[in-house]
Amino acid sequence: MHNNCPTPDIDAARKRCKAYRRRILEVSQQVPALHIGGAFSSVELVDSIYNELMRRRPGENSPDTFVLSKGHGCMIQFVVLESLGILKKQDLDDYSTARGQLGVHPDFGNPGIEASTGALGHGLSMVVGMALANRINNNDGIVYTVLSDGEVQEGSTWEATLMATSLRLGNVVAFIDYNQMVSIGPIVDLHPHFYPLVEKFAAFGWECVEIDGHDTQAICDTVRNRRGDRPLMIVARTVKGKGVSYMENVPMWHYRSPNKAELAQAMQELE
Amino acid sequence: MRNTFSEALYDEACKNPKVCIVVADISPAGSMAKFGKEFPDRFVNVGVAEQSMIGICAGLALKGHQPFAYTIATFSLYRPFEMVRDDLCYQNLPVTVVGMGAGVIYASLGGTHHSQEDITIAGALPNMQIIAPCDPQECTDATRWCAQQRIGPVYLRIGKSGEPTLTKGAEPWQFGKLRYLRRGSDVCILTYGVVTKMAVEVADALQEQGKSVSLVSTHTLKPLDRAGIIAALKGHKQVIVIEETAPLGGLGAQTKQIAWDIKADCRLDTFSLKDAFVDNNGTWEDLLDAHGLSVPKILAGTA
Repeated sequence: MHNNCPTPDIDAARKRCKAYRRRILEVSQQVPALHIGGAFSSVELVDSIYNELMRRRPGENSPDTFVLSKGHGCMIQFVVLESLGILKKQDLDDYSTARGQLGVHPDFGNPGIEASTGALGHGLSMVVGMALANRINNNDGIVYTVLSDGEVQEGSTWEATLMATSLRLGNVVAFIDYNQMVSIGPIVDLHPHFYPLVEKFAAFGWECVEIDGHDTQAICDTVRNRRGDRPLMIVARTVKGKGVSYMENVPMWHYRSPNKAELAQAMQELE
Repeated sequence: MRNTFSEALYDEACKNPKVCIVVADISPAGSMAKFGKEFPDRFVNVGVAEQSMIGICAGLALKGHQPFAYTIATFSLYRPFEMVRDDLCYQNLPVTVVGMGAGVIYASLGGTHHSQEDITIAGALPNMQIIAPCDPQECTDATRWCAQQRIGPVYLRIGKSGEPTLTKGAEPWQFGKLRYLRRGSDVCILTYGVVTKMAVEVADALQEQGKSVSLVSTHTLKPLDRAGIIAALKGHKQVIVIEETAPLGGLGAQTKQIAWDIKADCRLDTFSLKDAFVDNNGTWEDLLDAHGLSVPKILAGTA
């Protein structure tokens, strides 16, 4: 499959991702809660989409589109958009305050935000509609999305999964942030048969590949080498809270913000 | 009505390449089939998957299209309700959700196929507009308007098939405005949707009693023509509201609210379905009668 994703500069990507995590921690001090865990698990995915995969940048009429279906992870989207100049530093400084425009979930109408998400299980259907629109309009744009593995429990996600292949949408590239956790703990405790995911999406006719979701090279290679005649689902193995030792796989960090001592330790680990 | 809807939509689709339709398990016949054949990319049947029907419409609209979501009312509004609320209303997208066979038209198919609370539910949603045409011609006008407007989401409540023409020679249809089908000075009947044909019979009977009767298609339920309602309350001795809808938040309740606000001194009688499921079988008329909606019962209640 043709793709204009050049070989990524892995060192540069690592530096960006550390900076994004540090910026999220900074913003976390303004509010009691902001879904750090689920933002940290998506850092390399969202970084790769914006900085490696999408042609040109959003806000500059990129033909490509990104919808963060797992809207609760939007801190990573906000800090990436800030780094691209699409959101301003003031927007992040005013995050979740009466004077600001950014809340805890992405809202359509804010710079760089293509759809309102936050209620789980909505994103993939909207992505299917956008990809269909691109086809109707003879637009070669790719629609990228990141779902949480939590929202794969939603029936609506499976409706959209079925529709994407029924409509033969080769212009959809989806990632599941496969951190194996929902807010209260491991998904497998709730649903012993939730996994494996690859076989399920493959059975629905998707090209489906499992990779390390913190490996920028693997993310870019998988997208670059996709078939392109059908939608692509990348089951990206991630760690919730990735990058800060005491946050990794600890459910509390789905929502809590660190105190000063915790922040200092986290910043040290991310130097 | 569903045939004129399909015809009007097909005409609009010929004129505007942005118009598309996403249906859920509807067998395409007549103009709907022509739409699917001539514009295959703009006609999508999701099958029995109504949540994706609404989400796909939202995605199409986010990319500049003018989509219609179309299936039986309970499955277009209730089943995918959070998608209607979040994807369409919260994002304020120009998507028309068509509630076909709304109210209790599906009669003996039972409560699972009725949608008598649709006006209440759709009306509670910010940004949602509601249109309920009274006959096939009004359905054409409303469909054309929906295909051209860029204001935001619309719930278009339509009947099924076989509705009579009631608006021949009436003043032109205009979104958001009361439409007088007859003008009189004693009694004003406010109504909308398929039950308008019953209101016509009530109007005829009142005229036979020597009363001068206005008959109004209140086709736009949201935004409601408040000024028009006020004029009707002030301009008649008696106002009668007839609707095939649950009482909470319907036209009757809203008219009473306006009447209180302006301290209206006319008589005001409202007739709706009860706040109860329709659990009897029979024809559409049988079901309405069980809830107090019939010509004799309305005449008795307004005498």
